[in-house]
Amino acid sequence: MDLTTGSTRRTFLKAAGAAAAGTLAAPYVQTAGSAGRLRLGVIDHWVPGTNEVLQQLLERWGEANHVEVTVDFITTIGNKLLLTAQAESRAGSGHDLFALEFHMVPMFKHRLIAVDDVVNDIVAAYGPIAELSRQAAFLDGAWRGGPSPVMNASAATVARRDLFLEHAGIDLTEWFPASDSRDPAKVDRWDWEAFGKAAAALHAAGRPVGAAISPVTDSSAWLAQLFASYGAAMVNEQGEIAADSDAVREALEYLTRLAEVMPDSVYAWDDASNNRWIISGTGSAIFNPPSAWAVAKRDSPDVARHLWHCDVPRGPAGRFRAFNSVFWGIWDFSENQSAARDLLRYVAEPEVVVAMLEASQGYDLPLFASHYDRTAVWAEAGPPAGGLYNYALRGDERTLTDGYPAPPEIAARISLQRVVPNLVARVTQGGESFDDAIGWVENELEGVLRS
Amino acid sequence: MRVLPPLLRRKPAVAVLMCVPLFALILGLVAYPFFHALFLATLNKAETAFVGLDNFSFLFGRQTFWMVVRQSLLFALVAVVFKALIGLAAAHAINTIPTKGQRKWRGMMLIPWVIPPALSTLGWWWLFEPTYSAINWGLTKLAVPAVPWLSDTFWARFSIILVNVWVGAPFFLIMYLAALKSIPGELYEAAEMDGAGPWQKFFHITLPMIRNIIAITTLFSIIVTLANFDIVRVLTQGGPLNTTHLFATYAFRVGIESGDIPLGAAVSLFMFPMLAILAFIILRNVRRRAASLA
Repeated sequence: MDLTTGSTRRTFLKAAGAAAAGTLAAPYVQTAGSAGRLRLGVIDHWVPGTNEVLQQLLERWGEANHVEVTVDFITTIGNKLLLTAQAESRAGSGHDLFALEFHMVPMFKHRLIAVDDVVNDIVAAYGPIAELSRQAAFLDGAWRGGPSPVMNASAATVARRDLFLEHAGIDLTEWFPASDSRDPAKVDRWDWEAFGKAAAALHAAGRPVGAAISPVTDSSAWLAQLFASYGAAMVNEQGEIAADSDAVREALEYLTRLAEVMPDSVYAWDDASNNRWIISGTGSAIFNPPSAWAVAKRDSPDVARHLWHCDVPRGPAGRFRAFNSVFWGIWDFSENQSAARDLLRYVAEPEVVVAMLEASQGYDLPLFASHYDRTAVWAEAGPPAGGLYNYALRGDERTLTDGYPAPPEIAARISLQRVVPNLVARVTQGGESFDDAIGWVENELEGVLRS
Repeated sequence: MRVLPPLLRRKPAVAVLMCVPLFALILGLVAYPFFHALFLATLNKAETAFVGLDNFSFLFGRQTFWMVVRQSLLFALVAVVFKALIGLAAAHAINTIPTKGQRKWRGMMLIPWVIPPALSTLGWWWLFEPTYSAINWGLTKLAVPAVPWLSDTFWARFSIILVNVWVGAPFFLIMYLAALKSIPGELYEAAEMDGAGPWQKFFHITLPMIRNIIAITTLFSIIVTLANFDIVRVLTQGGPLNTTHLFATYAFRVGIESGDIPLGAAVSLFMFPMLAILAFIILRNVRRRAASLA
């Protein structure tokens, strides 16, 4: 990727303004139904200030196209986004456009209109959409949503470079430099065993690493990437239960050791706990998008300047990064589907995507490879300079979603029922044998697979 | 003076008419949701086909479901017992205060019950927060080891029961206080003249006189406690290891969060027969005692 041309934090509003101005100036062809009112339910962004930029862009589009746009920002904490979607889909009333995380698209596909024409146009203009994202939203032969310009994110390793260097002897800035000059040998050494050794050293120094092993999204995400890197799966690609395997046992064995050097509180963490943990200065590493860094930059700059984003450790089966693709779907009860379609096209335009990338300080990752070349936000965000460079995928990581490699509908249920975090906690906290825990998870998976 | 139409001059007709809003509420907010839940529980996951009792038989084969049954009963029994004991002790204590000073104590003791539980539980969550618990901060200042309030099964169960007792004990208090005030003072005076001590008065006058109130209050509380949702939802979300899930939170996890509404409906309906039998037994005993007193 060419990231040599770019912009700074200061320019994002300019970019946002340009995007909106472009829309105002462009010869927009108003379709028959694209006036009236449009209600959006979108995700309340974790990075401070991003909601405002999105609202500004959407309202300007609305003004230019004579559409009264109303935006509700809905948090994902406590599953409020999912609950709202559930309520609206059953009531047949609510927003017109609704933001759907990857596991929500299969759940609500029966109430989402197909937007093949919209997505095909976008793909024709900007190239293919990431395969993982396609799998999440191209269901039963139709696209059930258009790409969201915000909240597409991955769970990178977010580590304190100073603590890793001091206590574990690992210079993360050297192993994962803010340039394309990686040393393959060093990157290869970054595996779960190396991470575990570093975690033990950091624990001994009173600065442990922390990752949730509780019934929350963050927990499902980082455990999904660890399990996949050991080749461990709950349900295989054919939709068959595959939990009773040597690979699952290996992953559990490793986690037994890792959990010993993490704080006991990880069994009760929510989706904000790891952010608080690293921002407080106590923790040395988490798995997260750059929201923790962005908040630390505002609230705890001394911590933020040491946070370095890098690849997820590798396992015997490879290196995986959990990626949350977000789509904006149109409910079948929407009274303004035409305007909603038009808006989906608009938010996929490069100017909007780049404006949101810069507003979110690099948190949001585009679903189209071609958009990565349009900004240098990951190279320029800081301090520390280059701290986010490796948040955008640079090496051999493959992306996945929770529940990998199961088919999307089953993967969504594995994720939402928090099957893997409970399996892990039964072993690492409950002290169950591998066989007992696997027996339990097979029983749970029967429930996941029922039709 | 305006003359009422003949129909409204008949007392039964007026009574029925005045009950219409109540019937409408019960039909709309109790009967319809109940029968709709029954209907949902007989559908397949996609809600496209009738499957009879398959959802229930499926649940019976799930380890997690039986764990939820056990811990719901444990939660309800322990919490109701403590609420009853604390409520009784507090009611007695307040009843001994001169009438003039009782009001402020009654008001203060009712505060946990009148605050919206989701809000007060959020306050408790801050006290128990896994990493930065305010209570643990105080304990560590006193060189006492931190307690894993929400991350350890025993302490997580302890925490949700503690909060439930804190919220619910005032209900017992107010019911028992009303019952205590209805006991004629002459009974105690006569007992004192016969040389009865405090415990004898309690066991031979107070308890028999408020037995029906205790039974009804306990029944109400068991129903409400078994159906509890907000405390677990806010404090633990059912964790760790699903060991704090109750019927309602597990039904929510399965039905709403995982998109299996029929199975969730089946979970939530599971407590209905248990509660119906319990209510039948308790109310029958109450009626019998009332009849014998009459």
